[in-house]
Amino acid sequence: MTFSVGDLFLILPELLVITAACIVFVLDPVLRPSDKDGLVWLSLGTLAICMGLTASQMRAPVEVFNGLVVIDAYGAFWKLLLYFVTGLTILLSHSYLKEERLYFGEYYGFVLLALSGMMVMVSAADLLTIYLGTELMSLSLYVMVGLKRSEPRSLEASAKYFVLGAFSSGILLYGISLLYGATGSTRLPAIAAAIAGQSLDDPLLMFATILLAVGFGFNLAVVPFHMWTPDVYQGAPTSVTAFMAVASKAASFGAFLRVFIEGLGGLKANWSAIFLLLCLATLVLGNVVALVQTNIKRMLAYSSIAHAGYALIGVVAAGRLENSLGIASVLLYLALYTFMTFGAFAIAAMLRKDGIEGDEIQDFTGLSKRQPVAALLMLIFMVSLAGIPPTAGFIGKFYVFMSAVEAGMTWLAVIALIFAAVSAYYYLRVVMVMYMREPSDVADGAPQLVMSPTLSIVLACAVAGVVIFGIYPNPLVQLAMQAVLTLK
Amino acid sequence: MTGFPWLTALIFLPLIGAVAVLCVKDTSARLIALAVAVTDLLISLPLWWMFDVSSGHMQFMESAVWISSPPINYRLGLDGISLPLVLMTTVLMPLCILISWRSIESRVQSFMAMLLIMEGAMIGVFSALDFVLFYVFWEAMLIPMYLLIGVWGGPNRLYAAIKFFLYTLTGSVLLLVAILVLYFQGGHTFDILQLSQGTYSKSLQFWLFLALFAAFAVKVPMFPFHTWLPDAHVEAPTAGSVILASILLKMGTYGFVRFSLPMLPDASQAFTPLMVVLSIIAIIYGAYMALAQADLKKLIAYSSVSHMGFVTLGLFMFNIQGIEGAVMQMVNHGITTGGLFLCVGMIYERTHSRQIADNIGLTKPMPRYATFLVIFALSSLGLPGTNSFVGEFMILIGTFLWSKIATAFASLGIILAAAYMLWMVQRVAFGVPAPHMLPKLRDVNLREAVTLVPLVVLIFAIGLFPNPILTRMHPSVEKVIARVFPSAPEQVSPVSRVDPFLPSVEDTASTTDLVFDQGTNNAAQGLVSPRSQGPRTPRRLVDAGGEGGFTSSEAEARSR
Repeated sequence: MTFSVGDLFLILPELLVITAACIVFVLDPVLRPSDKDGLVWLSLGTLAICMGLTASQMRAPVEVFNGLVVIDAYGAFWKLLLYFVTGLTILLSHSYLKEERLYFGEYYGFVLLALSGMMVMVSAADLLTIYLGTELMSLSLYVMVGLKRSEPRSLEASAKYFVLGAFSSGILLYGISLLYGATGSTRLPAIAAAIAGQSLDDPLLMFATILLAVGFGFNLAVVPFHMWTPDVYQGAPTSVTAFMAVASKAASFGAFLRVFIEGLGGLKANWSAIFLLLCLATLVLGNVVALVQTNIKRMLAYSSIAHAGYALIGVVAAGRLENSLGIASVLLYLALYTFMTFGAFAIAAMLRKDGIEGDEIQDFTGLSKRQPVAALLMLIFMVSLAGIPPTAGFIGKFYVFMSAVEAGMTWLAVIALIFAAVSAYYYLRVVMVMYMREPSDVADGAPQLVMSPTLSIVLACAVAGVVIFGIYPNPLVQLAMQAVLTLK
Repeated sequence: MTGFPWLTALIFLPLIGAVAVLCVKDTSARLIALAVAVTDLLISLPLWWMFDVSSGHMQFMESAVWISSPPINYRLGLDGISLPLVLMTTVLMPLCILISWRSIESRVQSFMAMLLIMEGAMIGVFSALDFVLFYVFWEAMLIPMYLLIGVWGGPNRLYAAIKFFLYTLTGSVLLLVAILVLYFQGGHTFDILQLSQGTYSKSLQFWLFLALFAAFAVKVPMFPFHTWLPDAHVEAPTAGSVILASILLKMGTYGFVRFSLPMLPDASQAFTPLMVVLSIIAIIYGAYMALAQADLKKLIAYSSVSHMGFVTLGLFMFNIQGIEGAVMQMVNHGITTGGLFLCVGMIYERTHSRQIADNIGLTKPMPRYATFLVIFALSSLGLPGTNSFVGEFMILIGTFLWSKIATAFASLGIILAAAYMLWMVQRVAFGVPAPHMLPKLRDVNLREAVTLVPLVVLIFAIGLFPNPILTRMHPSVEKVIARVFPSAPEQVSPVSRVDPFLPSVEDTASTTDLVFDQGTNNAAQGLVSPRSQGPRTPRRLVDAGGEGGFTSSEAEARSR
């Protein structure tokens, strides 16, 4: 066991984020309420510095802390994405918390702590480090979900998320321990080496794989481990929902892919079949149940479940392909999914009716008449979520389906595309309500999108991502292809 | 050609215009939109003369890397099949904007922006040479059309809009799968020209054909998939109906001739009986439905189903008459049906009813309007001397070479077309209105006349001088046929497949002459096209696969 100061320098982004979180926690009680905006700028500044540091880490893998953590382009890709999402979350929260009258400075501290957990997850090369990161993220999220203390639904969501989350952590840990028993290590390269020397149908190995799939499945919100998602997404403050739907999902995919490709790559044939089943169930259930939702947050929750299903197609394909197209398509899908989902949640968060969140789809009625720009943005996000070109959503789906076809699973692409057509129905219902229904009674406190400078930045970033990467995705595609090359 | 990126300009000018329109006030939105559409028309017109008539290759090609892995290129080009369709689009769009000048009162900027986005996407569909690019344009049209129907449409617009959207989207997603499969089977390329050269196994072709069929047949729409069309037409605003009928439907048939036929020749032949049966059902069923309609727009919508049946029939004949007639008929139907929908839109602005019963006897109050209506109706039923006659007649010749029975059934469609169109004209133009309904209706004003006159001119220009279009498409169509019958054409030529009692190709061609003589009174050039076709058909059978240059230049010589 050796320890070098250079290792600390390599994990500087993580250290910076944790330090910033601690400073926020310490400063929050001593600052006057009027000065608390400073915490926002502190957090954003930290993210900007980390972004610069991580961008320089897009390179060949370097192991640090005796192989507990690995710094490589793959991790850097996810980290850049996470910084971006966290930045948007902080900006959105700045507007949202004011509207909701939630003056908690420590909120930003928890966001940063969750981020640091996610960063650990995507760059960990050891199952226990991954577990550590997952717990750090989850514990912060439990608190954030229950932040609206006065509202029973928020508390219920928090409790539900905590109970189910603790349960799934247990399963994950159980899987890790069984894998340790089967292979004698928790380090991914060592596990891969051990598996290569063993017979593949070892029941212990099989059982461990299934438990790991269940544990990760919970965080990815794939069917049948999705039960918590709609309630938690609906009950949580909407800025937290957006953060969870995008960042938590991205980080979980990052860790999940690394474990299953780097660690359990030898069992590809086995886990590919498991994920095929999960993927089909997720696509069908997510899309079909979303059809009947009347609450925009619940609808987006089921939509995010369905999108995890589309990303899983890439994972299934990766299990059958020699090249890295499948994994790259997952990275690309989640990166593009970020823009549209975050944009949609941002609009849902800031649509206000008499000071209360207007989170029913009905509340969007006639929005295009009152606020044409807001309606246009929502239209673009919905079209992109439905995967219709020329938006980012189409590019994401295109690569995922391409990997499926290359893996010889054209039938899977056909099923997934037919469900994409189904999904168009519920996304377009929002468009229909905004554009084609007349507001029933204007005097009745029509819902309005409360604009603020920070919200404008959030929406501008989201829509720019959807449109620019929809029309010219090449840079992002290259980045994703380059990032997966470091994944062994 | 020149280095000027003609097609990029054609596609992106309307898209930029759409953004500009969104940023200005209502009144100037109309003007800007019109200016953009007219400029686009002016840019497109030179292409007609710059087009190299003797070549069946893509022209005005542009290429740039769009996505590097997988190799997806921004690749555009026109051949003799797409050129007339692009020009038809640019001609019709200013008219669509003019007809919406007064009838659209709410959210004018958005409406005009939608029209311009549609224009850019439609030109993109007709000129894309990369399959993914094609698909992007193809799908990009869905949302603007959905909004056109859903926001500015009639009372039942929500239902019609979502029905249109889901039908076309479900068809198109299978197209995407087919594109991806072709990529991996056709040598890792999305290049349409390269994919058209590849050979694919019979079973693969079978599935790919079905997938493409799902996308294109819904758009056309072919018989069992047509139910969205009457709803969409009835509810759409006038400009929406015109775009839908004149241009959108053509994308389906264009898809067949650009992709299904050259890429999947074996499957196309195997599916020919099915396609013929569906086409003939569409022709007759559409016509019968049109007879029964009391709503003018529904009548024209069903007549579109019938006319598009002719187009798909001609395409799957795999002979020069059939395919040229079909492409011709695509343009003709765009012009004629566009005109009819414009007429219906005008009368709706005045009487606020599209029911035939509410619009009886318009000759008295609106003599000019009645004249236009009669011209479009006669063109629609295929009166010799009008454009539709040329197209439908060529399709019927092509069908005759394949099967006499099919021709007989298809001809029923023409008779029925005469029935429903003349009956409609009889009531709307020459009927005797109930006394309380003798309204003071304003006749066609200058703006409306401007929207109709170009179409009337085109109806007669194409009807009397079809040769310029035919010579331009001839080499390209030959290329398509050469793909279906690549070698040993004697064995598989359409002529040899029909029974020996049939007149030889020359005989058929001379029949063409005869009828054209009757049809086109004094048009010297009108005679040339079918006559020059006659001898050419057998020659194609001899040196099929070679360049079309020789025969075409000969056609040029003959026409002089």
